[in-house]
Amino acid sequence: MKLDEVPQDHSSTYGGHSKLVYAVDAEGHYQRAQSDGWEPEAYATQLAVAELEAQEAEAEAAWQRGELSPLKCLMYRYRLDEPALAQITGLWQWRIRRHFRPAIYRRLSAAILARYAEAFGLPVEQLIGYQKAPA
Amino acid sequence: MSSFEAHFQHRQSAHCESGVMASLLSHAGLPMSEPMAFGLASGLAFAYLPIVKLSGMPLIAYRMPPKHLIKTLSKRLGARLNSRTFGNPEQGRRELDALLDQGRLAGLQSSVFWLPYFPPEMRFHFNAHNLLAFGRDGDQYLISDPVFEEPVRCASADLQKARFAKGALAAKGLMYWLDDVPQQQDWEKLIRQAVLGTTRILDGMPLPWIGIRGIQHLAKQVERLDPAQAKYNRLYLTHIVRMQEEIGTGGAGFRFMYASFLQEAGEKIGAAELGEASTRLTAIGDDWRQFASACVRASRSKGEAPDFRPIAEMLRGIAGQERALMKELGAWSKRKD
Repeated sequence: MKLDEVPQDHSSTYGGHSKLVYAVDAEGHYQRAQSDGWEPEAYATQLAVAELEAQEAEAEAAWQRGELSPLKCLMYRYRLDEPALAQITGLWQWRIRRHFRPAIYRRLSAAILARYAEAFGLPVEQLIGYQKAPA
Repeated sequence: MSSFEAHFQHRQSAHCESGVMASLLSHAGLPMSEPMAFGLASGLAFAYLPIVKLSGMPLIAYRMPPKHLIKTLSKRLGARLNSRTFGNPEQGRRELDALLDQGRLAGLQSSVFWLPYFPPEMRFHFNAHNLLAFGRDGDQYLISDPVFEEPVRCASADLQKARFAKGALAAKGLMYWLDDVPQQQDWEKLIRQAVLGTTRILDGMPLPWIGIRGIQHLAKQVERLDPAQAKYNRLYLTHIVRMQEEIGTGGAGFRFMYASFLQEAGEKIGAAELGEASTRLTAIGDDWRQFASACVRASRSKGEAPDFRPIAEMLRGIAGQERALMKELGAWSKRKD
């Protein structure tokens, strides 16, 4: 990559920052250069984010309909999936999937909810509040 | 702000671990560029690990695993690496504060997700990010995060959450610092040893997922994508691009950074072969960028099913060129002259 080929595509995924890349000048010497975005990379990031957001929206709708507990929606909101959530909380994946059922969720102890609260960085009171069926 | 903090120089880097090591060494009086730190630690690699899943996708790495750079580089340079992890987060905070109060720099491993200064779209659950703490100001830490343009500040509760995030590659508050960095080095020997190490990693592992064979393995996977699974294919191809470009690699999955190392190393010890190898690796890096663009083009194409064979062929071309380059570098590193 030459210095004048360093992409400056103003990608929103960089959040206004620039990344450092290495590129060669006209004499073939390596220089440090800043890039404020590269379109193909931004497309890849946005696709992954959009996928998570779609999963979150779907889980949120199911929660509102009373078909799911809030955990699945929160899991996607905090960029997690079942294996990752299992590792962080120390719970088996099948238990987590069981906790996605509203009736099971409403009976969860504060101790279990505290593990989820820590994984999401939320106060446990919020998760306890969700145990009351949505009005 | 004390005089010590004033003379610490933040320097933006492409990659977190090489950036932290370059800063720690330079601060200890051994001037070191990021590419030199990366190259001397034999950081370049390729690995395709289908068993380790990241949001349902295989792990694809263009470098050695986390902590490799820190450990290898300290060992090769003969510096003393002190590192601590903590079972008790509160103790981790106290020891960090104590180290900073002595006027030391502290390398820290942390999660990316819980660092508030990261833009939301860059946040994901990666626990092996590295950064430097260089001071405290009230309830805030002064942080030199290598991938950012300027030093940043981070509230102590946030840094604590990031250092002690659980999950894969959990940092357990890992904190490290360097002592006794020798200022005199046998650069010729170091460079030969480091280059030889990289040729062995990229083209000497009897495993089908590592190095050149890993690239060929990835080519096979790309070729085998089922055109009927349009959504999965899109996510798979863009996942490769994210592993290669998004996660601070300096472009082309560290190939440009390593080419920069070869150039600098060649000039340092007067080895023209390394300069020539650098030029060739730059061209290979350009091919990696083309490959990334092709992956995104195929993901974008709507309507008729994309043909994955040309993309797989690009990878095989890259694998062939990297193999030839590694053979020559291997021969150079073993030559005594």
